[in-house]
Amino acid sequence: MIQVRFFARVREALGTDGLQLDASDAPDLDTLQAALLARGEPWATVLAEPNLLRAVNHEVAYGNVPLAAGDEVAFYPPVTGG
Amino acid sequence: MGIRVQVQAQDFDPLQLQRALEGDDAGAVVTFTGYVKAGAAAVTAIELEHYPGMTERSIEAIAREATARWQLKGVSVVHRIGRLACGAQIVWVGASATHRGEAFAGCEFVMDYLKTRAPFWKKELGAFGEQWVEARDADHERAGRW
Repeated sequence: MIQVRFFARVREALGTDGLQLDASDAPDLDTLQAALLARGEPWATVLAEPNLLRAVNHEVAYGNVPLAAGDEVAFYPPVTGG
Repeated sequence: MGIRVQVQAQDFDPLQLQRALEGDDAGAVVTFTGYVKAGAAAVTAIELEHYPGMTERSIEAIAREATARWQLKGVSVVHRIGRLACGAQIVWVGASATHRGEAFAGCEFVMDYLKTRAPFWKKELGAFGEQWVEARDADHERAGRW
């Protein structure tokens, strides 16, 4: 399984802090995101926001990344700490 | 002395953190303390969310990058999470070095990168209800200078 987590505004807009996907349904990050976008609203809008950030295994993902069982993916808005 | 990162709900004592960076023949310790500001007058507190695990890892990576760029003896970061009232301490960064120039640069670099890279999110609370804080372009411009 692949663990998917959502944070802050994204978490609230989706109404969940995470879910699990079968690794065979998400061979890479773009495919995983496309599968979530295909769930209809609010997924189609929230996960299409241009400033949405993605991380894989606690590292920011720039571009597509291959995924495997046990990976953790996160979607979140621009950070505002400090 | 190395790198020390703490993410915690409880308040911190800046002097105690500064003392921990002293020694090791450091000639300079530069520290920064950040506080919760109201921004709009109606804001009374903030709620700070973070990504446990990734938060610590990303701050450690920023501190490591600072020690690669400058001759730093120690870098220490404390960031609070949870509900914080306006005026409360929220973040502390300290850097020690043989000379002040490197300590100043290291401290500012860590703070600028933390603002744009570490996975924290602020929500403002007040009589109006609650609202997420928007990321600021100015923060990215500051981080882009390095």
